[in-house]
Amino acid sequence: MNVSYKWLQDYIDLSGIEPAKLAEMMTRGGIEIDSVPSRNLGVTQVVAGLVKTKEKHPDADKLSVCTVDAGTGEDLQIVCGAPNVAAGLKVPVAIIGAELPGGFKIKRAKLRGVESQGMLCSAKELGINDKLLPKEQQEGLYILPADTEIGRDILEVLALDDSILELDLTPNRSDCLSMLGVAYETSALTGRPLTLPNPAMELVSSGEWAADRLKVSIGNPELCAHYSARYIRGVKIGPSPLWMQNRLIAAGVRPISNIVDITNYVMLEYGQPLHAFDAAKVAGGAIHVRPAREGEILVTLDGKERNLEPHMLLITDAEKPIALAGVMGGLNSEVTDDTVDIILESARFDGGSVRRTSRQLGLRSEASARFEKEVDPGRVLEALDRAAVLMAKYAGGEVLDGVVEAGAANVEPVVLKIGLERINKFLGTEISLSEVETIWSRLGFHTVKTADEEWQVTVPSRRNGFNHDVDLIEEVARLHGYDEIPTTLIEGPTTIGALTKSQTIRRELRKLLSSAGVYEAICYNVVSPARAALFPNLNGSLEGAKPIPLAMPMSEERSVLRTVLLPSLLEAAAYNQARKTNDVALFEIANVFHSAETTLTKLPSEKTRLALLLTGNRAASAWNRAAVKADFYDAKGILDLLFERFGLTDRISYKAAQPENFHPGRTAELTLELANGSRSIGYVGQLHPDLQREFDLGDTFVAELELAELYEAVDATIKYRTLPRYPSVARDLAVVVGTEVAGGALVAAIKEAAGELLESAEVFDVYTGERLGADKKSVALSTVYRHPERTLTDEEVTEAHNRVLTKLEQSFGAELRK
Amino acid sequence: MKERLEGLRGEALERLKEVSDPNQLNELKVHYLGKKGQLTEILRGMGALSAEERPLIGQVANDVRAAIEAVIAEKQEAFDREETARRLRSETIDVTLPGKKPSEGLIHPLTKVTQEIEDIFIGMGYQVAEGPEVETDFYNFEALNLPKNHPARDMQDSFYLTDDILLRTHTSPVQIRAMRAANGQTPLKVICPGKVYRRDDDDATHSFMFHQIEGIVVGPNIRMSDLKGTLLQFVQAMYGPETQIRLRPSFFPFTEPSAEVDVTCAQCGGHGCRMCKHTGWIEILGCGMVHPKVLEYGGYDPKEVTGFAFGMGVERIALLKYDIDDIRHFYNNDIRFLGQFARM
Repeated sequence: MNVSYKWLQDYIDLSGIEPAKLAEMMTRGGIEIDSVPSRNLGVTQVVAGLVKTKEKHPDADKLSVCTVDAGTGEDLQIVCGAPNVAAGLKVPVAIIGAELPGGFKIKRAKLRGVESQGMLCSAKELGINDKLLPKEQQEGLYILPADTEIGRDILEVLALDDSILELDLTPNRSDCLSMLGVAYETSALTGRPLTLPNPAMELVSSGEWAADRLKVSIGNPELCAHYSARYIRGVKIGPSPLWMQNRLIAAGVRPISNIVDITNYVMLEYGQPLHAFDAAKVAGGAIHVRPAREGEILVTLDGKERNLEPHMLLITDAEKPIALAGVMGGLNSEVTDDTVDIILESARFDGGSVRRTSRQLGLRSEASARFEKEVDPGRVLEALDRAAVLMAKYAGGEVLDGVVEAGAANVEPVVLKIGLERINKFLGTEISLSEVETIWSRLGFHTVKTADEEWQVTVPSRRNGFNHDVDLIEEVARLHGYDEIPTTLIEGPTTIGALTKSQTIRRELRKLLSSAGVYEAICYNVVSPARAALFPNLNGSLEGAKPIPLAMPMSEERSVLRTVLLPSLLEAAAYNQARKTNDVALFEIANVFHSAETTLTKLPSEKTRLALLLTGNRAASAWNRAAVKADFYDAKGILDLLFERFGLTDRISYKAAQPENFHPGRTAELTLELANGSRSIGYVGQLHPDLQREFDLGDTFVAELELAELYEAVDATIKYRTLPRYPSVARDLAVVVGTEVAGGALVAAIKEAAGELLESAEVFDVYTGERLGADKKSVALSTVYRHPERTLTDEEVTEAHNRVLTKLEQSFGAELRK
Repeated sequence: MKERLEGLRGEALERLKEVSDPNQLNELKVHYLGKKGQLTEILRGMGALSAEERPLIGQVANDVRAAIEAVIAEKQEAFDREETARRLRSETIDVTLPGKKPSEGLIHPLTKVTQEIEDIFIGMGYQVAEGPEVETDFYNFEALNLPKNHPARDMQDSFYLTDDILLRTHTSPVQIRAMRAANGQTPLKVICPGKVYRRDDDDATHSFMFHQIEGIVVGPNIRMSDLKGTLLQFVQAMYGPETQIRLRPSFFPFTEPSAEVDVTCAQCGGHGCRMCKHTGWIEILGCGMVHPKVLEYGGYDPKEVTGFAFGMGVERIALLKYDIDDIRHFYNNDIRFLGQFARM
């Protein structure tokens, strides 16, 4: 809502309160004002003048030479290039020494040899938004009304000596979608009294009853609680007075004709949208409000044919629809230059209905915006009267006696109880009884004292959203001033702040991964269906389930919820490589969404996962070392680090696996041993080369794990073990086995066969070569034996070691390498 | 014999003077003092001496040995020093060449800011609560005093999955869940961080997915002054002890009264600069007293308890804190961007 500071002064004395000061007061009081632009963008010494004569310029086809009376005492000769200049017109004249917006100064000048003592101005040259003016006014000089006083400062004539308060209203302050509402608010903030129009007093009897010419009925009162109309006879269509046009332009509304301008003017003043019908086009003198019927069509004022639906509310006459209630009038009942009699509508339509219709048709207007937020029931008739008075005054009409109406004007007022103690206890303040009473009176809230320090407050119908006593406390708080509320600390028992176990684990994961050289990524949780389908084996336990789509996506790229994290990391890696960052190490911790339902009836499963991606080099080359390419074991090593930190090393196992879109020979499935059995928690591996190519990536190693199972299994107990007091004995061995034998299996077999004395067993070398044969490999292992309470004998160790050799030979056909 | 010994000393000391390398020194040592050396040779004649002469000559021989040994030791030490110096010289490296830095990674700047905020509130006795990103209309709107067709729903156009299920538009539904989980117990003090979604076209300042942190406190006597005190404590921990707050009345359906909170611009300390559009203040928070209907939906009796709630956008705080020009940087995951948030 754009509020003219000058217009506001019609209702309240603002002397001593400059526009910027008022804006600050309103903002601090709860109505945010973005800016307070002046309407004058830098115009000085421009006056209204009369073009007395117009001659063609002797040397230029498109220029005219005019004599102009600008009230300066003598006629000025001014050369003008506007196509609409003509003798007898009154126009803005920039005299010598004038300044126009943009710092443009008017000097004595010669144009093609003819002297010009000033300049005739268009609206645009005066800094007025000429989009709001009729086309002929946009293309040439701004033509002023014939009765404009010659020599009068144009700032006064066009009300440019004004500032606009640009209100950014929250939904609870729709009362300030009207000048009167803003005036009430200003009065509450300043304590100054209001002077309000009283249109009912200004109506003159015409001796004829409107009810004799018009009937009104409502078919569905739940969507139209109140419909009122007046009949205005014998209007003369023409322009509205300049002051009214100035105010409309200041508010951003286009002036059209006196009748239309008056409806808009009163809408801005009262917040009540009005509509004027050409009475001659309303068949049968009957107005009926009803829902549209299936297949009905209405051509709206903008000339567009609208297919109506049964939920849309219509204004109809005896034969046909004539308007979309609260949204837009019909072309068939439009006021035109030939209109003589007017039916003026002021009604209260249901906000939700107007909202739905205007949205569906893409027809949002100043009127629909007001209806959507529910209009003040108390102003329906007042606004009707106000517009009727103005139509009598500025369109020469005669207002027939009486209002023709249907439905109820009155609604039960909201009455709330509130006490001083409650206010102060709630706010933590010590506001006095008299201050609260002053606030009620400034707000114009009627109160009755029900006890010493307690009131029953009647909320005026212009204010909406009052249902609880806290709504009244807010009024007290904002008028008392939020700055005046003290700062205190919460009283009561101490509480312990802490992260939950899973939150702590995620923090630890982030810390570990970042110290291991991996950057954290955050990706969008809404992706394309193709991306969501990329790794079907990572689709949780709901394999085959489709990703969950948005009902109305903004694009294909963002149309379904993520089912898997890795595709987003692949995109991020490709994004980095396209920008020449070739070494990429990223991880993400985020939720994935799965549901077995085709159409959701309950919330989908939401599980937190960890994804990891490594590509390019793990260590960049430097002056003293060669680069080290990332490989499978880097990715696995990072995971091992995590498992170690969470006490899970012994409960995690890796098994070769071939999930879709992974390299079939370089991927492992991870299994976690839980109290109630083992569960697969994800994969680590290389991307399938085809997929690497699709993303334009080199060898890329990835992992994706479920975190819920980790949370469950984490063992954070730390228990000291006595440091060994007796020496250990190390035995290395190298065995030749088939290439298919897994190193992990050899270690497991050693652990099984060696018995209690074995402290550790590890693979330290793997070798393949021609001498071994194509399908053989040599695996070197180191084993360490120790007894906790004494020094081992050579015989004991040899015995255990021999068991190991026998086991390896039996289980894997291992041959000891000499 | 004495003369021979004295002569040997003179000769030895003279030759030792000339010695220029450790090998030569060793040769001379063997030559004069070795088992088959000159001194031993001379002393072989001791047997022929009288008992009176023997100790005297023995004394002389010891003096001669000591004198030669002293010079040899001195020489040896000089050669050792030289050798060490030579070795150290040869080991010299260029200390200006780059060090071997372990490869580094970092947490995301949004995580960094979130953790900072979490830690401040944990220190103030808050729990951290989380909830689903896909929510029911009930938790996201209805229970927050936003019934269907409420005009305030315009403020946050949403991504619906079905008529009743949507991507949450704020973290406020977690407040309802946290209240319900508390089962009427007080005091309740939680903060709720997480991702939220709104139907916005992405540009430099808007993202359809972003992060919020909200907080809620419910207790028997929670006052609006406690809200101001809590926020002041928070912003001073976050931006420094000089930071002030300013509350402006505003509107949120789930709080009454409601306020927008401005803090002293951290860039200029409140004097006015480009960042704060020369006002000295920056808006970073929304807050208010929990609406009685919301308390009811949370399982509390609004006659018995009151509460306050507040919320902030993590991206906004990070943009201001690090002076970042485009919100989309947060989701591109460009390592050149992610690598800039290393400092503690």
